[in-house]
Amino acid sequence: MNAFNLSSSNGLLVKKSFNLGTVLWMLALALVILKFISWTMGAGLPVWLSKPPNFLVWPFADWINAFFNFISEDLGLKSLTRLFASGVEWFLDITANLLYGKSRWPRIGPIPWTVIAVTAFMAGYALRGWKLGILAGGTFVWVAVMGQWKWTMETMSVIVVAAPLAIVMGLLLGILAWRYKNFENILSPILNLAQTYPHFAYMVPVIVFIGVGPKAGAIVTIIFAVPPMVRMSLLGMKKVPKEVIESGQMSGCTKRQLLWSVRVPTARTEILIGVNQVIMQCLAMVVLASFIGMPGLGQKLLQLLQALKIGRSFEIGVTIVLLAITLDRCSKAWAEKQPEHFERGTSWAVRNKMLLIWLGLMAVAFILAYFIPIAHEIKRTQAFSIAKYLDDWLDLFVRFVQPAADWLRAFLIVNILIPLREFYLWLPFWSVLAFFGFLGWRVGKLYSCLVCLAYVGLIGMSSWWDRSMITAYTVSFSVFVCCLIGLPLGIWASANEKRALKVLLICDTAQTFPSFIYLIPVVMLFGVNDVAVIGAVVVSGMVPMARYTIEGLRGVPTQMLEAGQMSGATTMQSLWNIKLPLAVPTIMIGLNQTVMFSLFMMIIAAFIGTQGLGQELQRSLSAADVGKGTVLGLCVAFMGLMIDHMITRWSKERKAALGVE
Amino acid sequence: MKSNFKNAIAALTFGLALSVAPMIASAEDSSDPIIIPIHNWSSQIVMSHVVGQLFQKLGNSVEYVSTDSQAVYEAVRQGDATLELEVWEGAFGASFNAALEKGGIHDAGDHNAVTREDWWYPLWTKESCPGLPDWKALNECAAKFATPETGDKGRFLGGPVDWLKHDAERVDALDINFTVVNAGSAAALWAELASAEKTKRPVVIFNWTPNFVEALYPGEFVEFPKWVEGCNKDPSVGPNPDKTYDCGNPATGYLKKAAWDGMKDKWPKAHTLLTKISFTNPQIAEMAKLVDIDEMEPEDAASAWLKANESVWSGWLK
Repeated sequence: MNAFNLSSSNGLLVKKSFNLGTVLWMLALALVILKFISWTMGAGLPVWLSKPPNFLVWPFADWINAFFNFISEDLGLKSLTRLFASGVEWFLDITANLLYGKSRWPRIGPIPWTVIAVTAFMAGYALRGWKLGILAGGTFVWVAVMGQWKWTMETMSVIVVAAPLAIVMGLLLGILAWRYKNFENILSPILNLAQTYPHFAYMVPVIVFIGVGPKAGAIVTIIFAVPPMVRMSLLGMKKVPKEVIESGQMSGCTKRQLLWSVRVPTARTEILIGVNQVIMQCLAMVVLASFIGMPGLGQKLLQLLQALKIGRSFEIGVTIVLLAITLDRCSKAWAEKQPEHFERGTSWAVRNKMLLIWLGLMAVAFILAYFIPIAHEIKRTQAFSIAKYLDDWLDLFVRFVQPAADWLRAFLIVNILIPLREFYLWLPFWSVLAFFGFLGWRVGKLYSCLVCLAYVGLIGMSSWWDRSMITAYTVSFSVFVCCLIGLPLGIWASANEKRALKVLLICDTAQTFPSFIYLIPVVMLFGVNDVAVIGAVVVSGMVPMARYTIEGLRGVPTQMLEAGQMSGATTMQSLWNIKLPLAVPTIMIGLNQTVMFSLFMMIIAAFIGTQGLGQELQRSLSAADVGKGTVLGLCVAFMGLMIDHMITRWSKERKAALGVE
Repeated sequence: MKSNFKNAIAALTFGLALSVAPMIASAEDSSDPIIIPIHNWSSQIVMSHVVGQLFQKLGNSVEYVSTDSQAVYEAVRQGDATLELEVWEGAFGASFNAALEKGGIHDAGDHNAVTREDWWYPLWTKESCPGLPDWKALNECAAKFATPETGDKGRFLGGPVDWLKHDAERVDALDINFTVVNAGSAAALWAELASAEKTKRPVVIFNWTPNFVEALYPGEFVEFPKWVEGCNKDPSVGPNPDKTYDCGNPATGYLKKAAWDGMKDKWPKAHTLLTKISFTNPQIAEMAKLVDIDEMEPEDAASAWLKANESVWSGWLK
């Protein structure tokens, strides 16, 4: 069986029997050649051959609009969703009052910044030790000293509600999916869609169903953050060893006890990784959610960028990264920390030492805040700012790099990007369709072939074929550049632990630093054009490539390496002949993520100015055209889903063949 | 515990009473907060706070919510946001009209301020193209504005596509040697401008007034054939007899206020105030300046502005 898989994925077996794959491949090639020949003779293919024919282009947008009006107005679904939203709002009002003193019940806030900083310090200290304590406490001191306290608390007031809700919902859905296979089958495509569907496409529906304001911000954040939580808890539940369950059964657990006291605690590590992912997703949404009313850092950031205050928006970016890294490290520490056990008879005070220290420090902070106003609140006029220096540095940097950037821009546009774009647009629709069918066949026979044909076919039927091809062109070129940078970086970093940690820190930073900020310097360097767009996409897209390369190379089983060493392999040989081939499946997951990140960024890069689907999405937003927005969003999602399907399938088979995992 | 429960009931009854109140005594404003949407440019934010503080002087409570400037009309229509203070004819006219058609929102009067949105260049551009601001002169130096992606044609950097400008049509109708490239956001426009300034590279971009950019980068609008009514619909109007859009944008576009239809009944006093409010170009520029140049926080800028301009608004409150 193994051998069969290996050879079929290498394509050795393909020749023997009749297969659809070859037919599709020939078809794709034949059409391209035909078009080329007719093009050299000055003619073109008939339109129905080179573009999706008219009878296939269906008015999906109108149907969706009609359906949307029906469920929101006639069915009254709107009042139901709004009821749920007002439940969320009740929580939000409490945190808003506590954290930044919004005039809502219980009307006791805002909590002084010193108290929160001390609490963060203690949390870090209790979880891991001094270093984490200083990182956590220091983050909040930075926020206060830079005069961003109120904005940060506005943001946090939403996150502290959205994150726990996302965690609970994710966990419950995960457990349901684990218990009922059918539910998992329904849920899994929805999760895939939720993760690939661009945010701008669900903005208008959210405004209709939920409204605007912090509650809408919280709900889009939840929608975005739940999928990884579901996945991780499902994975955790599935991985619980049989022995653990048996010992639970032997001690006479009821079904309910077996679930909550045996399975869930055993799946702790996976569940907590899910928690960590939820936190990261929440922070990633800070800026986007401000489009529909999330207050705080994101909104301020957009406002500062609009006034071209890059230095000050950079400060906000630093705050978001610090928050993300703090929360990430704390939740990871929590995941790794095993429960502490004390000997019988240990006094309460010793067992709860941390709690007591925390209460003591809080009391000190409250007293300080009561007597010294600056310990309660630092006003913006009292705050520090490094914006001026940042602006100067950026200015210097742009001036210094400008000549090289100008050259690069001209070179890329004239020699590569314009021809590539023309080529993508020139490709006949049926060729592209057949080509992806062929790729699907190679990866997973008939099933994958049909999946790919369906995705590409539906994009063709959407009436946005050319726009989709432009998006495909920018994304594919960006992914290529991401690999060009990310792979060598990952290989270099994987050589030792120290380098790996350094590069992973850069990865974390690049991933959480709000992408809107670097859109501006990129435009300054390259101007509004595809080079700037690709530049912005590459900054975030190369992160997973580097990360998974490191992970893949460092995860190669040591006995394999030792075997290589014993047969006298040099370092280079062991890298090229042992490590890399074994790491390929993991690297491919990185590639998959890179494609997802690039698609995601491509839509954000519409704020630089693109001609692909992102631009049309922007246009549909101003007309509040739900149907058009949904269709465009699905086009983006389908591209992502197709690539995801192929890569996941391929790397799963490859892993099985290699005997990894 | 028991008293908490009592309180809750009291609050509930009170709440019910409040929601019924507007029907009984429609002359009094509801105590629910008026929701004012704020966007990402400073004049709008300061103006929102100025108006918010005026509402507070009337005894209303006010809350601010950040929203996208295009999507906001849908929110006003639904009543989730109560009003919108800066409806620009050029940038948001389309969204506003689309929302008007669907219903739930109405026009609450114009500001005194007029807006102009058109092709614009920073002053240093004049050095390489001295014939400006005339559009024919601009066309003659088109090559000076060429970039790799536009070949030998000049490049005009337009605003985001969702502002629904007709630059490409104009280029075609007036047959000028330019290619329109659309920036995706105002921030991208300013980034190009800032980068051009470093080397004094000639650029022509989409810009508007009143705008904070005027204070940072002095410049002028390109003078296209004057806007005549119908130039966008009737080919025979304007210099080119066969094409539409053979003219500049109107130099006096409106700046409107819009309100949710329910506002009139729920907060009648505030609604009356809203219809009276009208700011002029210099006043709006002043509001923007307090934040963009003087680095004040929008709330403080609004208070400072109200303090300094009492004569402007005291009449509206009567």
